Amino acid sequence: MAERPDPLEPQCEDALQEIYTLLSGELDDQKREQIARHLDQCSPCAEPYDFYAELRKTIQQRCRDTAPPSLLARIEDAIRREPA
Amino acid sequence: MADQARFADLAMEHMSSLYSAALRMTRNPADAEDLVQETYLKAYRGFGGFEEGTNLKAWLYRILTNTYINQYRAKQRRPDETDLDDVEDLYLYNRLGGLEAARTGRSAEDELMDLFTEAEIKSAIEELPENFRIAVLLADVEGFSYKEIAEITDVPIGTVMSRLHRGRKALEKLLYEFAVSRRLAEPQPDPAT
Repeated sequence: MAERPDPLEPQCEDALQEIYTLLSGELDDQKREQIARHLDQCSPCAEPYDFYAELRKTIQQRCRDTAPPSLLARIEDAIRREPA
Repeated sequence: MADQARFADLAMEHMSSLYSAALRMTRNPADAEDLVQETYLKAYRGFGGFEEGTNLKAWLYRILTNTYINQYRAKQRRPDETDLDDVEDLYLYNRLGGLEAARTGRSAEDELMDLFTEAEIKSAIEELPENFRIAVLLADVEGFSYKEIAEITDVPIGTVMSRLHRGRKALEKLLYEFAVSRRLAEPQPDPAT
């Protein structure tokens, strides 16, 4: 992990505050581009961004369960028995 | 107006993702199956009111979430408050970010996937207080926008954001506890700076 000055540069503080918001796709284009430019120039900020991007991917991939085939049959059967 | 005959074609492809969310909500395969079946029956009955071209997946999640909250939550209500005062921003990164990189010389982010097992990630999410859990599931697992989550859960977007903020902190804390318990990380009172 990189050594950071304390307090952080304002643009670093700004970028770090928006990690989850950016990764969730919730920033407007202008803000997103502004942060992307900063990350290109500031590796100590890019590092936690990569870390949280990977965490998000890990969480998504690790939480995929496959529904048992019997469930599909149960649901189709229940729907068939519904009055038309 | 959507035609009920088209229901299966459009809706059934979301079954596994609804089932995954239902498992995280109920923490129990039998309840999860019942919850998904009930969601599909309600969706089928209401399908005439669904406007084709609008977001079917979000609509199904709305029914799933409401059914869960109304019928299953009473059995297992948990307090929503959890002590997060000591969880600063970048909590997990500050504790694990340098760990794998130091050990293997590879970048930390390549290793995260190997650091936590599937069971650990699932149980960390399942341990979150309920409102946080639903918000985190919808945002970070299913990828719904904050606005969609506000509509699915019937709360203002500000509430969604605050639940996500706290839920993500709680999740980072739980994951860190797993890492410590497996001796992947040393307990540290203060983050390395």
